[in-house]
Amino acid sequence: MFRNYIQSISFWALRIITYLIVLAIFFIFFDIAWNGLPAISWAFLTEFPRHSGTEGGIFPAIIGTFLLVSGTMLTAMPLGIASAVYLSEYAKPGKLTRFIRLAIVTLAGTPSIVLGLFGLGFFVIFMDFGTSILSGSLTLACMILPTIIVSSEEALRSIPESFREGSLSLGATKWESIYKNVLPCAVPGILTGGILGIGRAAGETAPILLTVAAFYLPKLPSSVYDQVMALPYHLYILATQHPDTGKVLPLQYGTAFILIMLVLVINIIAITLRSYFRKKYKW
Amino acid sequence: MCKVIYVKLKKFFLKKTNKLVIHNNMSKKSKEKQAHLLLLLAGTTSILIVLSIMLFLFKEAAPFIIDNGVSELIGTHWRPVSFQKELFGILPLISGTLIVTMLAACSAVPLGVCGAIYIAEIANKTEREILKPCIELLAGIPSVVLGFFGLVVVVPFVKDFFGLETGLTALTGASLLAFMAIPTITSISEDAMGNVPKSYRDASYALGANKAQTIWHVTIPAALPGITAAIMLGIGRVLGETMVVLMVTGNAAIMTFSPFSPVRTMTATIAAEMGEVPFGSSHYSALFCISVVLMFFTFIFNMIAQKILNRQQNV
Repeated sequence: MFRNYIQSISFWALRIITYLIVLAIFFIFFDIAWNGLPAISWAFLTEFPRHSGTEGGIFPAIIGTFLLVSGTMLTAMPLGIASAVYLSEYAKPGKLTRFIRLAIVTLAGTPSIVLGLFGLGFFVIFMDFGTSILSGSLTLACMILPTIIVSSEEALRSIPESFREGSLSLGATKWESIYKNVLPCAVPGILTGGILGIGRAAGETAPILLTVAAFYLPKLPSSVYDQVMALPYHLYILATQHPDTGKVLPLQYGTAFILIMLVLVINIIAITLRSYFRKKYKW
Repeated sequence: MCKVIYVKLKKFFLKKTNKLVIHNNMSKKSKEKQAHLLLLLAGTTSILIVLSIMLFLFKEAAPFIIDNGVSELIGTHWRPVSFQKELFGILPLISGTLIVTMLAACSAVPLGVCGAIYIAEIANKTEREILKPCIELLAGIPSVVLGFFGLVVVVPFVKDFFGLETGLTALTGASLLAFMAIPTITSISEDAMGNVPKSYRDASYALGANKAQTIWHVTIPAALPGITAAIMLGIGRVLGETMVVLMVTGNAAIMTFSPFSPVRTMTATIAAEMGEVPFGSSHYSALFCISVVLMFFTFIFNMIAQKILNRQQNV
């Protein structure tokens, strides 16, 4: 009987700890929502900032984040999906494959500021793109490439061998059977990985700190070589380097709220899609 | 006569279609080869990116080592801008990173592992369906938002609660960093515990143990490699975190072991000083040296974790 008492006590302790963690998550979210919601208005979302960010809206920052994320996805998705197809279909166990996996793990574990530094040294200075959307997107693409490769590879591996075997037995070549038979079925998993990548790219500051972001630009970017405002960088500057902290607090909360809502909505879409497809494709 | 013409026409067209078929097959073959080559190139991009990162870091850090030598870096004062001699000792920065990381690990590891145990073994199905996405949502919160939350909520709280002069301390930074590490630790530990074969648990129940005894004596020791890998990956993530520490730990490059004093980590130094440093100066190279050290630390942690995970998968 004694051991049953120990079991109930320990289980309750673990339950309380886990729910404390969940409580902390909701506390963060509700604090930002409670203080940020009053600051949100249609003007806030569609106007340009005035008086060095103390009034007005954050429209260019939203556009900037959107442009950066699009550029990142255009670069990272094809590259990531191609790498995943190579790793799951064509790669033979050997030195090269081991090196590729080692490289993916290393890239995934690199600190984001080191990637930002690399982006500064390589894209901005060496390739002479300057601080531009181009350098920022390429740096962010390097950052989310491992995420996309890993999730795409998982999606491809979850498709049973019989798909490929059936297609090959009917006379299709290897590339044809992958392109027309396996890849379309893996699209849900790849899409989920892509959406998670979008969420990460939208929220990261350190890579864009040195390569693209500016705080106060008078007009929207007109070419891919322009600097751009971005939501995470905007929040960082408002929170730490603005001289008029009292006046700017509601805007800080508003920007934080927009950013967290954006990332949360993206993640919820990804998680829902993943569980929907997991239930649908039970093969 | 018509039959001859008919046969000749048939032969002519068959030859044409055969040629077409042969041509199609050959172009299919070359398409295959092209596809294979392109995919191989795409696969090696990750290697190229990592190699160029390492190359670049070393190339830009080299001028400092060549001019001033490594002993310049092993000093206890980081004063890169000074009217007298500039000091580039990175020991205060390393100690800052270590304090913040150790404190974060002290709270994140127990909380994360307990959460993983609860979710993997004790929670019922509906609870698990709610808890897992919640933890994943925590992983998705951007680090700037967490830093901002720390700045406006946690910093004043720490200041009032402990009666300090400023709330921007290593402790605040560590508590926020724990939030970033907990999802990583929890999800990988939970995977590890799920991979323990059912036969282990069944054997333990058959011998008369109840659930808590099974978890404590059988499941956790069996999943220990995976849990260790999860902890190392979480610590690796904390090591490389920039924005939270930049906003919340106070940015004072002093060498201290007290959790109540402001510190400055390697990541915060790079982020804060890189924007204002003249290109090509020794300060610039010194910042790249710091990033080499940082990359080295995270690389070691991630490699150890990966080796443990691989060994577990092979078994």
